[in-house]
Amino acid sequence: MKLIIAIVKPEKLTDVKLALTEAEVGKMTVSNVIGCGSQGGYTESYRGAFTEVNLLDKVRFELAVNDEFVKPVVDAIIKGARSGKIGDGKIFVVPLEECIRVRTGETGDEAIG
Amino acid sequence: MKKLGIIVIIIIGLFFISNTAACAEEAVTQQLLDAVGSLQVGIDTVWVLFAAFLVFFMNLGFGMLEAGLCRAKNTVNILAKNFIIFAISSVAFWVIGWGLMFGDGNPFVGLQGLFFVSGADNSPSIDAYKGVYSAISWTGVPLWAKFFFQLVFAGTAATIVSGAVAERIKFISFIIFSFLLVGFLYPVTGHWIWGGGFLTSLGMWDFAGSTVVHSVGGWAALAGVLVLGARLGKYRADGSVNPIFGHSMSLATIGGLVLWLGWFGFNPGSTMGVGDGSAIAHVAVTTNTATAMAILSSTVASWLIQKKPDLSMIINGALAGLVAITAPCAFVSVGSSAVIGLIAGVLVVFAVMMFDKLKIDDPVGALSVHLVNGIWGTLSVGLFAVDGITGAATGNGLFFGGSFTLLYAQIIGVVAVGAFTFIAALVIWYAIKQVLGMRVSREEELIGLDLGEHGSKAYPDFQGFLTK
Repeated sequence: MKLIIAIVKPEKLTDVKLALTEAEVGKMTVSNVIGCGSQGGYTESYRGAFTEVNLLDKVRFELAVNDEFVKPVVDAIIKGARSGKIGDGKIFVVPLEECIRVRTGETGDEAIG
Repeated sequence: MKKLGIIVIIIIGLFFISNTAACAEEAVTQQLLDAVGSLQVGIDTVWVLFAAFLVFFMNLGFGMLEAGLCRAKNTVNILAKNFIIFAISSVAFWVIGWGLMFGDGNPFVGLQGLFFVSGADNSPSIDAYKGVYSAISWTGVPLWAKFFFQLVFAGTAATIVSGAVAERIKFISFIIFSFLLVGFLYPVTGHWIWGGGFLTSLGMWDFAGSTVVHSVGGWAALAGVLVLGARLGKYRADGSVNPIFGHSMSLATIGGLVLWLGWFGFNPGSTMGVGDGSAIAHVAVTTNTATAMAILSSTVASWLIQKKPDLSMIINGALAGLVAITAPCAFVSVGSSAVIGLIAGVLVVFAVMMFDKLKIDDPVGALSVHLVNGIWGTLSVGLFAVDGITGAATGNGLFFGGSFTLLYAQIIGVVAVGAFTFIAALVIWYAIKQVLGMRVSREEELIGLDLGEHGSKAYPDFQGFLTK
C-alpha cells in the first residue's frame, strides 16, 4: 500500500480530478496549501507598497492506493497537472503501513478499495 | 370756507391712507405667496435630492451583489468596476450626456445646451419656463437637482453591464465602454422617451425607466457578453452547465436589500415633486408589492424546478420585480402591481436557465433581471395602465378598458430602443475588442483578475483558493 501525495497548481484541480476519474480512481483527499519551489513568486502591491510573495497557493491531493494502482495514479496526476511550465508541482510516493476503514474495521488492501 | 377746506384735506388724507393700507395688504399677500412658492420648490428639491441619494446608494447594492455572486479571486476587480463606474457616469453625463438627453433638439437627440449642463434655463420656473431643457421643465426644482437626479439614473444603467461581463473582462475595456454608454447610448434613447423625442410623441410611457435605464443596460450587457464569450469552464463539452459558485451569499444578500431600499428612491422619486404626497405614496406601495410578489413567485419557481429554493434566485426574483414595476409603478393599481411582480419572478427564473441553455454566460443574472424584465415591465404598462391613477394621462391599458394603442406604443418603444442600443453596443464592444482587446488572457482568468488587473488580492489573509 502506498500513500501518494501530489502538490499541483490550483487551477489544475479539475483537470487532475477528471484524469483520476478516467483512471477509475475515485478516493482522495484534497486540501489548500501554500508553498514554493523553483517557481518564482509574484509581486503584490497595496496602497503604493510592493512585496514579493514567494509562498504560492497550491492544492494537495492525498490518495491511499494499492501498489498496482501507483503507476496509473501518478500518470493520471501528471496528465492532469502538467502544463510544461515551472511550478507544475511534485508527487511523493510514501509507503503506507496500515489502512483501516472506519465503518467496518476492515484493514489492508480491502480497506483501500 | 376754512372748515370745508379742512374737511376736504381730511377726506383726501383718509383716501391716501386707505390706499397705502391696501397696498400693504397686497404686499404681505404677495410675500406670503412667494414664501409658499419658495417652500414648495424647497420641499420638492429635498425630495428629489433625497431620492437621488437613495439611488446613488444602489451602487453599493450592485457592488455587493456582484461581488457576492462571483468568485473570491475576482472580487477586487468587481469592486473596482462598481466603484469607478459612478465616477465615469458623473463625468460623462455632465460633459455631454445630460445635453443629448434633455436638450431641445430633434426627435432623436438633443442639440442645445449640450455641454456641461450650461444651456439657458430658468428653473424652477414651471409655467414661465425659459430655457433649452424644456422636456424636463414639467418639474419645479432647480436645474442642478434635475441633473443630479437624472445622473444617478444614468449611473444605474452603466453598472448593470459590469455584472454580466464580470470575471473575464479587461478593466480598461469596461471603463472605455462605460464612458460611451453614459455619454452617448443612454442619453440618445433617453431623449426618445424622456427628452421629448419621437417615442414620447408616439405615446410611449416609462415612468421610472424599465426601458430607459434597465433594458438599455441589459442590451448593452448582452452585446458585451456575446462579444466576450463565456467564462472558462462554465459550459462543458456536452453542453451542460458547470455551476460556478458565488463566494459570499452574505454580500449578495446585502446587495439585494440595499437595491430594494434604493429603489424606493428610484420609483417614487421619479415624480420629481411632492405634490400632496399621494403619488409618491402610491408609487412606493406598487413598488413594494411587485417586489414582494416577485420574491414569492421566484422562490416557488426555484423550489419546484431546482428541488430546493436557491437564495440567489430569490434575490434575482426581488430585483426582477423591482425592474418590472419601474415603468408602470405610477400608472397601475396596487393590485396590478402584484400581478406584474408575480409574473416577473417566474420570468427571471426561466430566463436564467434559458440564457445558460443558449450558452450566454451571465454570472449574476443581469440579463434575466434587467433586460427580460425591463421589457416585461414596459409592456405591462400597455396592459395594466389606468388613466390618471396618479395624475398621468396614459390612457387605459388593454386589461382596463383601453384599446391596443398604448400596448402598441410600448412595443414600438421596446423594439426601437432594443435595436439601437444592441447594435450600437455591439459595434462599440467589437471596436474595443479589436483595438484594445476585451478579454483577459486564459492564465489571468484562471489565477484571478484581482492579481492580473490590480496586483492585489481581496482576501490576502484567507486561504481558500480551491479553483473548481
